[in-house]
Amino acid sequence: MTTLRRTLLADRIATAILWAIAIFVVAILLAIIAHFLLAAVGTLGPAFLFGDPSESSVGGIGPVLWNSVYMLVLTLLITVPLGTLGGIYMAEYAGEGQITNIIRFCQELISSVPSIVVGLFGLALFVNATHWSYTALGGALALTVFNLPLMSRLAEQAIRAVPDDERSGSLALGSTKWQTIVHVVLPIAIPGLVTAVILTAGRIFGEAAALLFTAGVSTPTHYDFGNLNLTDPRSPWSPFHTATTLSVYIWKINSEGLGDFVRQLADASAAVLVLLVLVFNLGARALGRLLQRRVTGA
Amino acid sequence: MTALSPAPPAPPTTDLPLAPDVRPVVPMTRPGARTALDPDVAPKLGMRNVNVYYGPKRAVRDVDLAIPPNAVTAFIGPSGCGKSTILRCFNRMNDLIPSARVEGAVLFNGEDIGAPDVQPVAVRQRIGLVFQKPNPFPMSIYENVAYGPRRHGVKGRAALDDVVEKSLKRAAIWDEVKDDFRRKSGLALSGGQQQRLCIARTLATDPEVILMDEPCSALDPIATLKIEALINELRSTVTIVIVTHNMQQASRVSDRTAFFTMGDDRAGYLVEVGPTLQIFTNPRQQLTEDYVSGRFG
Repeated sequence: MTTLRRTLLADRIATAILWAIAIFVVAILLAIIAHFLLAAVGTLGPAFLFGDPSESSVGGIGPVLWNSVYMLVLTLLITVPLGTLGGIYMAEYAGEGQITNIIRFCQELISSVPSIVVGLFGLALFVNATHWSYTALGGALALTVFNLPLMSRLAEQAIRAVPDDERSGSLALGSTKWQTIVHVVLPIAIPGLVTAVILTAGRIFGEAAALLFTAGVSTPTHYDFGNLNLTDPRSPWSPFHTATTLSVYIWKINSEGLGDFVRQLADASAAVLVLLVLVFNLGARALGRLLQRRVTGA
Repeated sequence: MTALSPAPPAPPTTDLPLAPDVRPVVPMTRPGARTALDPDVAPKLGMRNVNVYYGPKRAVRDVDLAIPPNAVTAFIGPSGCGKSTILRCFNRMNDLIPSARVEGAVLFNGEDIGAPDVQPVAVRQRIGLVFQKPNPFPMSIYENVAYGPRRHGVKGRAALDDVVEKSLKRAAIWDEVKDDFRRKSGLALSGGQQQRLCIARTLATDPEVILMDEPCSALDPIATLKIEALINELRSTVTIVIVTHNMQQASRVSDRTAFFTMGDDRAGYLVEVGPTLQIFTNPRQQLTEDYVSGRFG
């Protein structure tokens, strides 16, 4: 009886500890969101989100918000297809052996290189060697350096998690390996792939150090969205425009600390960044569900 | 890709040595069933001196076998005797195991389908496999059945609708799913229904042979009887080879039975094959007698 009582007690304690940890984590998240939202109340509004920066008032963050979204899309356009194909190769074709071990080791190494180092590497390669100066494309490529290994690793895990029963079921019907991957494995792996994209995207939104030396830190004043010339560095649509993102902007205004509205501006920008990540996560998951329903017809 | 030649219209020549001493025997379940190999009808499937290795280890030894068309052949034997391995030779599924190697001739309509220039994909389009654990895709019932035809180039709504409905009917699951098979996921079905869906999915590719690897071992008795009834429906139009650990099932559904066991070298081999009634009541080998009477295995 005492043994039973002891094991039941241990069970209850373990449950309580796990609950406490879970509540703690959620509480931290809510505290962060609440802190910035409360600080940003009064500043947040369409004029702030879409307006131009100003010296004489709080102004807006329109251009940097645009740059964050632009950088996200551009980096994902490079990372997601390449990373998914890499994951397919590693999960379905590479097999096990010395070479895959080396690839995996490199993936882990690169994705854990400090981002400031990646930034300096990007400065040497995508800014100086190419003579592009500070560009969105240079920033996106620098982000790709450590996001591609992450994406391919996560894609590989998502693909490996698809049960072999599904693969043999498809192969036994006379499908080729590629048909099996495209029509069975990838559709089943969509939730895992969406998680991979979300984790990758989080690093794009949040990254500052790697972008300082590649995408630039200048405060953009006004963007002319009517300029659709993709080779013109002044066009906000061009991959060659200097693209200070929201994270870099927050770092910049905080470190310079100039002007009367710095505190307000920094708090509101931080709130927008947090909300942006939140909206992207929810949106990506909804899109993933829709996509899966579409390709599996169920 | 080497395409397999179409099924020959049962040529009178047989290129496999058929058991000469097998006489037609009254079947256990169905009067008039084809239980003996008719010397005038070429076997659908065959093996000549087949050995299967996993790495250096021999898993199956020297199998010679002939399987008649449009009949049910059961593979029975104790665990580890290589029944499933032998079954999977017939649609090249062993190719998926990197260490596996098949030696000897695996024959389909008299043609060696184990030859290196034969594409496994071409073989599998004509010889289907139903797995032990039902494995419908996480798609709608419709998409599950349409999967094979789509991959083989069937296009157009009408053509796919047609093949889906026909296949679901042939697999005796149409009445249960006809109201919502376009929306309902294959995973939402019961285990027995899932297995019949998997059979429908295989039938949709219009195979000449369906291999079944213990198709009922994950099912309850009622679902099992439904699958057996379905096998009974299909036997006149498709050649079926079924691996089963259930001897009652073998005696209920099969026309012919092959008994395998494991030798001292731990390699499986064929002990004897013949009409099911004979294997169960009057086998030629003592080993078979011991197994079917429950003295070992």
